[in-house]
Amino acid sequence: MKMPFADAVITAILGYGVVFVGLVLLMCAIILMGKVMTAKKAAPAAASTAAPTPAPRADIPAAPGTAGEVALYDVPDKDAAMLMAIVADKMGKPLNELRFKSIKEVK
Amino acid sequence: MDILGTLGGLVQDSGFAGFFAAGGWKNLIMIAVACVLLYLGIHKKFEPLLLVGIAFGALLTNIPGGGLYHMEMWDAYIYNAPYDAANQICLYNVEEDRAMTEEEYINALLVSAGVEGTEGMTVQEQLTKTLVLIEQGTLQEPELLEKVSFTDVAHHGGLLDILYIGVKAGLYPCLIFIGIGAMTDFGPLIARPSSLLLGAAAQLGVFLAFFVAIMLGFTGQEAGSIGIIGGADGPTAILTTSILAPRLLGPIAIAAYSYMALIPMIQKPLMRALTTEKERKVKMEQARAVSKTEKIVFPIVVAVFVILLIPSTAPLIGCLMFGNLLKETGVTDRLSDTAQNALMNIVTLFLGISVGATTVASRFLSLETIKIVVLGVIAFMFSTVGGLLVGKLMYKLSGGKINPLIGSAGVSAVPMAARVSQDVGREADPNNFLLMHAMGPNVAGVIGSAIAAGFLIKVFGG
Repeated sequence: MKMPFADAVITAILGYGVVFVGLVLLMCAIILMGKVMTAKKAAPAAASTAAPTPAPRADIPAAPGTAGEVALYDVPDKDAAMLMAIVADKMGKPLNELRFKSIKEVK
Repeated sequence: MDILGTLGGLVQDSGFAGFFAAGGWKNLIMIAVACVLLYLGIHKKFEPLLLVGIAFGALLTNIPGGGLYHMEMWDAYIYNAPYDAANQICLYNVEEDRAMTEEEYINALLVSAGVEGTEGMTVQEQLTKTLVLIEQGTLQEPELLEKVSFTDVAHHGGLLDILYIGVKAGLYPCLIFIGIGAMTDFGPLIARPSSLLLGAAAQLGVFLAFFVAIMLGFTGQEAGSIGIIGGADGPTAILTTSILAPRLLGPIAIAAYSYMALIPMIQKPLMRALTTEKERKVKMEQARAVSKTEKIVFPIVVAVFVILLIPSTAPLIGCLMFGNLLKETGVTDRLSDTAQNALMNIVTLFLGISVGATTVASRFLSLETIKIVVLGVIAFMFSTVGGLLVGKLMYKLSGGKINPLIGSAGVSAVPMAARVSQDVGREADPNNFLLMHAMGPNVAGVIGSAIAAGFLIKVFGG
């Protein structure tokens, strides 16, 4: 069945409005959820700052640094640093225990 | 043995003869269209995972005599009309939206038997001719079903009819949503909830295309299905159309997936036109870290909240959030993996080929299809514009902290639209990384289009 012009206008505006109201309400719910969660996290964190921090372990010798030895081909320093950090993170090893020989952009 | 007669029968029964029957040329055109879609999917990589399936379904359904898909049977199912299963005739005049008269039925029987010149015959002559043809075995003895059920489809239908039950029952789009949920990281949205405003704004095209479609003479149900193309979300478009206007499913699905593949071409010029160089260069601050607990609670909160708000979104939002919960719990990795890969692939396979099967030449090749294709572009363009305009507003209100380019990502199409925001941002400043910021509006768009679909289903679904 064909729809009258006025009904079409009202339906379109109402529909767009419903989407907006729905998502605005959802936004409020998510903000509230975020506030509750961060408040919960902040409470134990505040308590832990009062406790003395343990001294760093001195028995693990630091591996020799390698960043200066890496050869870069068409890769800016910043990108290279990010790549090395990502690799270290994915491997679960400290960056200074890894040895990078070269980084080259594949074109 | 009558060798010539047997050979003549074989030729007459072959699909080739079908091309020379009334309207057979349309099948040839549709086969060509299917080949073009295959080319776009395979060579140009336009959403290949779905477009290749849709195109092949279109190819199969338009080969005369294949009998894989019966449009008439689905017409009878949709309009709750009687169906002659033996001769594959729906006793409902779809074009004029009314029950078929007895004369029209007899005429349809003769046409299905390839009899030409029925216009000049009286009803009595047509009836006599029909009875003769039934006696000769050219026509089958009518087998009338009062109503068509899924059991009848399984009994009388072809392979693609049976697969299509999954579309008609709304099963495939929902299963795909479980997979999408399992693949989506809602972290950027949780970290910056204001992204939801951009997801809402980018539904502008849905309602604008709906309005224009009404002006072009479509019914409310049809206009709603066409408008939802602007949501840029294939499964949502398919679910909405299969409920509201199933006869338009083929063109709407093809338009939706084709335009999703063309998102960079549609969005980039609009993004450049509607934003200034200064706005595009805005580097956004890193959003806060989101805890695991927040990510687990999020799908539960969204499912409960949105479904309570608009209950008709339950299938889509429920499945989307279920899939996401599987991903985030950390204790259902196997299920999450299955949802993301095996389930997603299997359902995509069935969905593509069965949606393609609905592009039957006699219905697809029409002015209506051209209108849908044009309205689809309008919907996509205005959804992009809506997102960008609210993005600009947020840029002003935030004192220049929000890059308006992320607004265009509100049109779902995850993650393509977010990548487009990233690309245009980097064009202005190579050190500008907008991808993660654009992912927030992008996933908000998925929720927004589901709400828009829920609204249209509620209003027009009866």
